[in-house]
Amino acid sequence: MNASLRRVFLASLLRRRLATALSLLAIALGVALGLAVQLIHAAALDEFGRGVRLLAGEADLQLVGPRDGFDEAVFVRLALRPEVAVASPVLEIEARLPGRDDSLRILGVDLFRVLRVQPGLVPLAEAAGGDGDGSEARFAALRPDRIFLTDDARARLSAPHRGSDGALQPPALEARTLRVQSGVTGFSLELAGRVPGAAGVLGVMDIGAAQQHFARIGVLSRVDLKLAEGVSTQDAIAALSPLLPPGLALRAPEAAAGEVGTLSRAYRVNLTMLAAIALLTGAFLVFSTQLLSVARRRREFALLRALGLERRQLMQGLLAEGAVVGLVGGVFGVALGHALAAGAFRLVGGDLGAGFFRGLAPALQFDAGLSLGYLLLGVLAGVAGTWLPARAASQVPPARALRAGEGERAGLPQGPARSRPAVAMLGLAALACTLPPLGGIPVGGYAAVVGVLAGTVLALPALARAVLPLLGRRRGVTWRLAHARLAATPGQAVVAGAGVIASVALAVSMAIMVSSFRVSVDEWLTQVLPADLYVRASSSSGSGYLDPQALARIAAVEGVVSVDTTRLINLRLSDAEPLFSVLARPAHGNWGLPLVSGAMTPVAGGEGLPPVWVSEAAADRHRLQRGSRFELPLGGRLQAFTVAGVWRDYARQHGAALIESRDYLRLTGDDRVNDAALQVAPGTPPAAVAEALRARFGAEHITVALPGEIRALSLEIFDRSFLITYLMEAVAVLIGLFGIATTFAALATTRQGEFGMLRHLGFTRAEVGRLIAVEGALTAGLGVLAGLLAGGAIAWVLIEIINRQSFHWSMELAVPWAALGVFAATLVVLAALVARIAGRHAMQRSAVLAVKADW
Amino acid sequence: MSQQGFAAPRPEAPGTLPAPSWRGFGWINGLARVILLAAALMAGVARAQDDPAPYPPVLAGTPLVFPRDFGAHPDYRTEWWYITGWLRDAAGVERGFQLTFFRVRTRIGEDNPSRFAPSQLVLAHAAVADPATGRLRHAERSGRSYPGLVEAQEGRTAVQVDGWSLTGGETVDAPYHSRIEAEDFAFELSFTPDRAPVLNGRAGFSQKAPDAINASYYYSRPQLAVSGSLRLEGAAVEVKGHAWLDHEWSSEILPAGARGWDWIGINLHDGGGLMGFQMRNGEGRAIWGAGTLSDARGEATALGPDALRFIPLRRWRSPRTGIEYPVEWTLALADGRRFRLQPLMDDQELDSRASTGAIYWEGAVRLFSIEDGEAGPREREVGQGYLEMTGYAERLRM
Repeated sequence: MNASLRRVFLASLLRRRLATALSLLAIALGVALGLAVQLIHAAALDEFGRGVRLLAGEADLQLVGPRDGFDEAVFVRLALRPEVAVASPVLEIEARLPGRDDSLRILGVDLFRVLRVQPGLVPLAEAAGGDGDGSEARFAALRPDRIFLTDDARARLSAPHRGSDGALQPPALEARTLRVQSGVTGFSLELAGRVPGAAGVLGVMDIGAAQQHFARIGVLSRVDLKLAEGVSTQDAIAALSPLLPPGLALRAPEAAAGEVGTLSRAYRVNLTMLAAIALLTGAFLVFSTQLLSVARRRREFALLRALGLERRQLMQGLLAEGAVVGLVGGVFGVALGHALAAGAFRLVGGDLGAGFFRGLAPALQFDAGLSLGYLLLGVLAGVAGTWLPARAASQVPPARALRAGEGERAGLPQGPARSRPAVAMLGLAALACTLPPLGGIPVGGYAAVVGVLAGTVLALPALARAVLPLLGRRRGVTWRLAHARLAATPGQAVVAGAGVIASVALAVSMAIMVSSFRVSVDEWLTQVLPADLYVRASSSSGSGYLDPQALARIAAVEGVVSVDTTRLINLRLSDAEPLFSVLARPAHGNWGLPLVSGAMTPVAGGEGLPPVWVSEAAADRHRLQRGSRFELPLGGRLQAFTVAGVWRDYARQHGAALIESRDYLRLTGDDRVNDAALQVAPGTPPAAVAEALRARFGAEHITVALPGEIRALSLEIFDRSFLITYLMEAVAVLIGLFGIATTFAALATTRQGEFGMLRHLGFTRAEVGRLIAVEGALTAGLGVLAGLLAGGAIAWVLIEIINRQSFHWSMELAVPWAALGVFAATLVVLAALVARIAGRHAMQRSAVLAVKADW
Repeated sequence: MSQQGFAAPRPEAPGTLPAPSWRGFGWINGLARVILLAAALMAGVARAQDDPAPYPPVLAGTPLVFPRDFGAHPDYRTEWWYITGWLRDAAGVERGFQLTFFRVRTRIGEDNPSRFAPSQLVLAHAAVADPATGRLRHAERSGRSYPGLVEAQEGRTAVQVDGWSLTGGETVDAPYHSRIEAEDFAFELSFTPDRAPVLNGRAGFSQKAPDAINASYYYSRPQLAVSGSLRLEGAAVEVKGHAWLDHEWSSEILPAGARGWDWIGINLHDGGGLMGFQMRNGEGRAIWGAGTLSDARGEATALGPDALRFIPLRRWRSPRTGIEYPVEWTLALADGRRFRLQPLMDDQELDSRASTGAIYWEGAVRLFSIEDGEAGPREREVGQGYLEMTGYAERLRM
C-alpha cells in the first residue's frame, strides 16, 4: 500500500478516535485476560515443576502412593533390585505449627541415600556455638531432635504469621528452637543448619527421627530411585511395577507437574473461555464500528474506485485498518496481560484464587511465543471484524454508491432478516450439548456457548420484529419515530446490539451460574455440617491428628453428648489419576451426607461387601451407581465395596468415597482421626464447650469451630475463587456499553441529514436528543433481552454441561431475578445515556447545514 | 588392622576440603572420617542422649569364641572386617585388592522403634591396585543399618551394604564370600581358610597405646586361598590368589596424641603370616607398636612394642596431593632379622577429596628378607601383603 492510500485508510482510524479507541480497548482486554491466565498458570506450573525437580534431584523414577504414606516394606524390595542403583526413601510430613495456621513441609530423609539421589536436599550443619570443634554438627543430621531449614523456611518461621482471621500468630522458630506438633502434642526441634541446595519453605530431618516424632513408624511417602546404568525408565517400570502393592505407582518425577496441570486444567479452560468471549466481544465491536465507518465512507470509496483503485486494494486497505486496530489492541493487551499477571501474583497467588498451587511464589516471566500468539489473536479479531464490511464495500458498484442518499442505508444489512441461520446455529448448540467431554474438557459445552451466542446475534432482527409490534401502541411522536426506524432497519439492531448481546449473555450466564453454585454450596454446607461443634487437629495431610486417647478426652468434656469422627486419606487409584479422597466416618451420626441418589442404607445382599457412598465425581469417573462394586487400595490390598449411594461433594473435585469408620479401622488398623463432630447437650452453649476443649488441649494445638464459622469461611473462600469471574463480568458489561456508544456515535454521523430534516419539521434539539436516547434504549433493550435469553441458555449449559463435565458438580438452578432485573434496567438506561452523549456531536450542527450536506 | 581413622581430622585443613556444600557431611561416605568421628565424638553424643547404654570396655583376658566372634559386636563403638590380598589372572598379571566393612554404633536413636533409626551404621570400602591403571580404583558404600539391606549380623560374618556383602564364618573352616559392584570395577571372590584364626596381642586383646584403655579385640586370618572373578574393564576374568582378613572391634581404640599409623599384613611364602603396626605422634615418632608372627600351622608369636621397628627407606610424593609417603620401609625385628617392604606400585594413594576428603596410602607390597652375605646384603622375596599408612596429609599445612 502506498503512502497516500495508507493515509486514506489508516487516517480514517484517527478521525473516529473514540470508536477506534473503544475497539482497541475491547481487543486489548480480551488479549490481556487470556494471556494473563496463561502466564499465571505457566509461571505457577514452572515454579511447581522446579520444586519437583529440585526435590527429585537425580532420581529417574519416584515411587508414589497415598498422601498419608505407605508401608516401607516395598523399599527394601526395590533397593535390592538390579535395575536400581540407589533407592532413597522419603517421609514427607506436613508439620502443623502450634498456634499458627500455616504448616511446614518436613522431609525425613536417609542422609546416606539422599546424597546420591537428591543432592539438593543435603543438609549443612552449622556449629551451634559452644561445641568447640564443630564436630557436634557432623552427627546433627542423624540426631532425632534436629532439623535443617531452607533460608526461606527460616525467614518465614521466625516471623509472625498473619492468620486467615487476620490475627497475628507467633513465630514458630525462636532462638533456634522450632515448635511443631504431632497429634495434639507440641514438641521442639533444634535448628541445626541449612539446606543450601533447596529453595522454598522446607525442612529436612532424619527419616528415623521423623518416623518416631510424627508417629509414622514403618511409613514412607515416597521412594526416589536412581536406576542402574543402562536401564531405561520404561524397562524399570515394567520390571518393578509387579512388585508394588495396590495403590502405589512408579513414575518419572516430571509427571508430578503434569498431575498438577491436570488438576487445574478445567479451571483454566474456564477462564480462558471467558477471555475468548471478551476477545469475541472485541471482534464484534470492530465489526460494528467498521461496518458503520464503511457505510459512511461509501462515496469516498466509490470515488477512489472511480479514480482507479482496484477492488482488491480497497479490501486490503480496509482489512489493514482492522489489523492495525487489532495489532495496537494486541500490543496493549500483551502489556496489560503481563501487568494483570504480576498483580494477580501479588493479590491472589499463582493459583488465581483456586487453591491449586498453595505455597508457591512464582515469578512472572516474559514468554515471547505466548505473547506473540495472543498478539496475533488480537490482530485476527481486528481482521475478522473487518472482513464482512470490507467485502461488502469492495463489491458495491462505484456508480451506485456515488449517488446521493445511499450513504445511510446501503452499508447496513438490509432486507428481511433470515431466521434460518439462527435456528441452525441454535440447533447445533443443542446438539453440541450432547457430546461427551474430550480429555476432561467439556468441548461440546463450549461449542454450545459459542453456538448460542452466534445464534442469538443472528436471531436479533427476528427478535426485533417479534418484539417491536408489542411496543408500538399509544406512544408519543419520539417513541414512534424511534420505534419505526428500528422496525424498518433491524440490521442496525444487529450492529449495535451484537456487542451488547455477547457481554450481557456472558454476565447473565455467569451471574446465574455463580448464584446457583453459591446457593447449592450454602445448602450443601448446611447439610454436611449438622453437628454443634467441630474439632480438628490439622488439615487432612497435616501432622496434627486425634487419636483414641484424645477422643476420649474430648468425650469427657462436660456438655458433650456424642463424638463422631472423620478420617480423611488420599489414595492413588491409578498412576494416571490425581489423588482420590476417602473419608472414613460413621454414615449415620453427627455428619451429614447430601445424597443425590441411592440411600443411606447399604444394598441388601451386596455380596457381603461393606458399603461405600461415592461422590458425584467418583460416580462419573468410575461409572458407579447404587449396587456397583468399587475397589479401593486400602492397607496395601485392593478392598471391594458395594456402592450404596451417590452424594454431592463440592470439596473434592477428583472424587471421594465415604466408608464406615469401623470398616476402615478393620481394613487398615489406622485409628487416627482428622476431625471430630460433637453433639452438645441441649442447654449447653457450644461456645462454652469450645472453650473447655481449648483449655484442655491448648488452644494452639486444636481448632474448634462452630458450623456457622466453617460455613462463613467456606463461602468466603468460594467468593474469593470467583473474584476473577466477577471482574471479568464487569469488564464484559463495560465493553458492551462501549459497543452501544461507538455504534451510536457512528450512526449519528451518518444520520446528520435525517436529524436536520427533523429539525426542519419542528423538532427541537432536545427532542432529537431524546429520539437518539430512545433509539439507544430500544436497541439496548433488544440486545439486553436477547442477552438475557442467551445468558439463561448459556447458564444452563454452564451448569448442566460445563460444570458437570469439568468438575462433576451438580447444582440447583437459582436465578437471581432481582439482580438481573436491576442489571438489565441499568443497562438500558445507561445505553440511552450513552447513545445520547454519542449523538450530541451530530445534533450540534445547524439544521440547514446538515440538510444541505446531503443534497 | 585398619587405621584409616586417622585420616579423618585432616580434611579440616584448608586446601584439602571437598566441595563446600558437602563440607559438613562429607564424612558420610568417608569411612575414615566416620571411624574418627565415632571415636572422637561419642562422648558428646552420650551427654546429649537420654542415657543409652555405654560402650563396653575392651578387657584383657576375655576369651574370643568362634564362630560367635566372627559376627558383629554391636555394643562396641567400632568394628571392621578388613580383607587385603593379591590376585593373579590367567595371563599372570598380579593385582592387589582391598575390601573393608565397618560397623559404627552411634548411640543415636537406640530407643527409636523405627527401622531407619541410625543407631548402627555400616560402611564399606573397596579398591583394586592395578599396575596397568597406575593408580587405585576405589569405591565406597555406606548406610544406616536396615534389615535386609544394610546389616552387620551377629553369630557369623554377614555384613552388607546394599548390594555389597561379605559373608562366611559359619564355622572355623567355612569360607567367606564377597561381592562388590562399583562403577569402574567389580569382584566376586571366595576366601578359604586353612587354619584357625590367629589371635593378635594377648589372646586377642590388642593394646594400641601405652594406656591399656586404648585396645581392641583383634584376630587375623592369614593365608586365605582366593578364587573368583574380577572385572576392571569389559568382561570379568577368573582370578586366584591369597588374602588376609582382619577382624577388630573396640570402644576406645585411639590413643590421645596419635596422628597416624602404619600397618602391614603379609602372607609369607613359607605359609606363615606377619602382622605389625606402629602408632605415630605429631612429630612422626612411634609411640606404640606391636605385631604377630605366625607359622604355617597358625602358631603365633606376639611381638611386643620393642620387638618390631619401622624404618622409612624411600619416599614418594603424590602428584595429586603433594603428600609424601614412605612407600618403602625397612622392618627390623628385635631378634636381628631385617626385612624390606616394596610396593607393587608407588601410587597407591587413596585420594577421595572429591567425595570425602580422606587421603591416605593403602597398597599391595612385597616383603623381602635382607640377609648379610659376603658380597653385601642379599635380598629374597619372602611374602606378599598390604601396607597401610595414614596421617601423612598434615604436611600440607606447612
